[in-house]
Amino acid sequence: MSLLGTLARLEAVRSGRAEPLATVRHRHLSDRPMVVVPLTAAGESGAPLAVMLGTDRAAPRLHIVPQPLNRTLRFDHLAGFAADLLPYLESFGADVEQVEGSEKDPETGEKTQVLRELCADAPQVIVPNGAGVHHLALLGRSTRFRRTAEDADPGPYPAPARVPLLGRWLTHLTDRAQVPGSSLLLPMTGLLARHWATGQSQLEDQHLAALLAWHPRPEALRDGRADGGPAGAAAAELAETARDGHGQLLHPPAGPATDPRFDELVLAPAIGRYDAAVTALRDAGPQERERAQRYVDRTVERLTEALENVLLPTWRDVWHGLDLLRALPPAAHLAERWEGDRWSYTGHRDRLAAGEPPQPRQDDAVTAARKLAQREREQVRLDVQEALDDPLAMAERRLAGEAFTGEVVEVVPDHDTSGRTPKPRPLVTVRTADHPHADLGREAHRTHTATPQKAVIAAVDQEAGTITLRVMSGMGRKKEPEPGSLPEPGERVTFTLFELTARQSAPLPEPDDTPWTHGGPPGPPDHARALGGAGAPPAAPLVAGAPRPSAVPQSPDASEEWE
Amino acid sequence: MNVSHIGPPEPLAQRLAELRGPAPQRSLNARALAALAANPGCRRRAVLDAAGIDKGAVAQRLGRPAPFGQSPFAIARGTMFESRLKADDYAVLLEPLRRHLGLPSDGAAPLAVPDLLRRSGPAVRAERTAAALAEAAADPSAWTLLDHPLLRLTVAGSPAYLEPDAVVVHGGRCTVVEIKSFPVLDGSADPAKVGAAARQAAVYVLALQETAAALAGTTVAPGPYAVQALPGSPELSVLLVCPKDFSNRPTAVSVDIRRELATTRRQLARMTAVDELLDTLAPGTSFDLAPDQAGLPTRPVAELADAVESVPAAYGPECLSSCELGFHCRAQARCDDRVEQLGRGVRGELGSIRTVAGALAAAGPAAAAGDRESDEAAARLSYAAALRAEALGGCAG
Repeated sequence: MSLLGTLARLEAVRSGRAEPLATVRHRHLSDRPMVVVPLTAAGESGAPLAVMLGTDRAAPRLHIVPQPLNRTLRFDHLAGFAADLLPYLESFGADVEQVEGSEKDPETGEKTQVLRELCADAPQVIVPNGAGVHHLALLGRSTRFRRTAEDADPGPYPAPARVPLLGRWLTHLTDRAQVPGSSLLLPMTGLLARHWATGQSQLEDQHLAALLAWHPRPEALRDGRADGGPAGAAAAELAETARDGHGQLLHPPAGPATDPRFDELVLAPAIGRYDAAVTALRDAGPQERERAQRYVDRTVERLTEALENVLLPTWRDVWHGLDLLRALPPAAHLAERWEGDRWSYTGHRDRLAAGEPPQPRQDDAVTAARKLAQREREQVRLDVQEALDDPLAMAERRLAGEAFTGEVVEVVPDHDTSGRTPKPRPLVTVRTADHPHADLGREAHRTHTATPQKAVIAAVDQEAGTITLRVMSGMGRKKEPEPGSLPEPGERVTFTLFELTARQSAPLPEPDDTPWTHGGPPGPPDHARALGGAGAPPAAPLVAGAPRPSAVPQSPDASEEWE
Repeated sequence: MNVSHIGPPEPLAQRLAELRGPAPQRSLNARALAALAANPGCRRRAVLDAAGIDKGAVAQRLGRPAPFGQSPFAIARGTMFESRLKADDYAVLLEPLRRHLGLPSDGAAPLAVPDLLRRSGPAVRAERTAAALAEAAADPSAWTLLDHPLLRLTVAGSPAYLEPDAVVVHGGRCTVVEIKSFPVLDGSADPAKVGAAARQAAVYVLALQETAAALAGTTVAPGPYAVQALPGSPELSVLLVCPKDFSNRPTAVSVDIRRELATTRRQLARMTAVDELLDTLAPGTSFDLAPDQAGLPTRPVAELADAVESVPAAYGPECLSSCELGFHCRAQARCDDRVEQLGRGVRGELGSIRTVAGALAAAGPAAAAGDRESDEAAARLSYAAALRAEALGGCAG
């Protein structure tokens, strides 16, 4: 956490309410996001217990597993989850625009113009917290290799038809969530923590209800209290610890893990009653069957009710968080970054359509290197764009000595006459209170100009608080600078000591040229995965000439035990 | 929890007993010992743990009970996995032992599993474990599995009893086998859970070193990296057995615990120096809850809070997930306006400034002129505040 963040937290302690960490919204928010609140069964990682999801806050859909140890019931649950989630994810695939790009012919090396499809919009899934993202990744890992009855060799435990597809989508979304600045899958705690500081630690901010307790409560969530209840730390502590007469938390944790006391006092007895009802149904004679079935249905209803009570507060919290975020004006670069997400979505849609196998358990060396390079590049891009979009983010960089803002006191025309034609190289002097790491000769970049403008630090006068820069570019091609390309005296300008565009990393070898130090060319099953989880713009070929397997390869995962 | 009143009462033990009152001593288990390493600077925890005080009960009486608990499903899963490994004469467990410890597979060397008298009292069980370990270490060619042995470790002058899942003895050396129910997924596991398991296993290794030293009639070498080479000495890597992927089949990983061992030893050495901490307490200090006949505490809350207050704590938000008194200490930190409530890193960032009010005063416009030379942290805060005000003001206007 930076000092500015700490300062905001200190202010929040004093004011008892969240203080802004951003003046604009730094993540794209869809008009129609899909909110997913998952719950997991304790003790076994990736075991689903329930999920509440939907695009309409008034109509959440709930799916539960009445007995989490039962594999068949789990698959039924996942099939229900898939039936609700997949149509939403797939609904963005049809509306496409054509984007021109160039592709290198693998044989001749010539560049040819191609038209690519880019989906006009992409889905957005919002989960309560980071643990929710991790849980979806586990679900993806545990289902994407499953065999279904439609496969040639379904194995002893075929999964419902759309479950492996659900796993592949969840894997793609959680993989993309690793890319800085991406918005296909976002945790609400992360979103809120990016935009507001609370008067508690980052650790405590992981609890969604405690985090939201620092924001004023809307009418609907006030539990009938006229004053909106206590503020700040007291409200957060209530959200964390307050229990009712039965020892149950008034505000259950956002999961995916449930409160152990809930497991012990509510869930375990309810599951026990369900088990008993199922046993009774199995042993029932023909006359009693109907009654026994009704009893089973009733136990399922009661379980559903218990889980709904645990999930609904978090469901409302996530929507409340979305309301708070929507009140912020969107940052200028959101559309550009969202395009990356749209490419990522389009790429996955295309890979599914091409019948490619599921994402491998572990990436091969080339894919891993590409993903890493992409994430590093996106991190740099995100930092730069946030700083340009938001004076508070730029303040962070100024505090770190990586940028400075000040008033222009003097502009002196000067020329570089070493070449055949003189070029403009004017000197701009800026008075600033900032303390940048301004070594002489260091490159600086002026922000918010129509064309990129580079300058070199020519003189630093610490006593007068001025920095003189020699402007090197962004002034047109003539002898004198284009009108308006230089700042006027009295104008406020910001220069950064970091570049304003992310650098392209060095090209990586094709998968077939992977050096032996990195495991050599990948084996056949991974061959088609040229660029996993790619959200890369079309400059990087999406499927780089790698031969596609004619059929889904035999995978050892198909026989994986899953109980 | 095991109660232990063995050995002659030492002055230290007596002083700790006075702090505790008549309540039974909470003996330190491996988890508690390992958790000590999480916050070594906390005197409150060191004193209360050394005295064997039930911190959960104290926190409850102070009005901020610890929210910990384990789900019955998690417990059932752990028990189920372990019993599956040990079913049919340890049939499933043998496979990882063969692969990682070199247990022959042809049955040429049968695995001996001595009876460790699990139904007896802790002292008897510890004696029996020591005897079984000596016997097993005496024959280098034999393979012996000690199932739930009970080890004794002297902590702050009083014995603590520890129960590893299993110990395998062969060639005069033994290896701790720790069974955990979190999965190893595609060759990797949750690092936080592996770390916790390693710290716990380090406590077992330490106890085994003490047992081996006692069998040889010596004491444990003091250096943290000294390698013990006595009959029955433990290996410095342990075998972690976990479910593989989403199945119930086991997979085993050898985990080097030398670093955790050194940390734990340092912590325990500190605990024996607990008398220095006790010297600073006012005479008559007690954490006795004075339970009535129904077991309900009668000790006045204010008095108990004062006693707890007299031992300084080193609160950090991490305490909330590892210490029963975490919520109480947080409330105190907030009450005292201390900056630690925002995280340990904040404290380092703010230098000599200790309170939220102090930090905000340093950031305010009044302090900007005077303190600039004297305190770098204050100057930085004031600069940050100016930048923040400028950025937010620009947004409003």
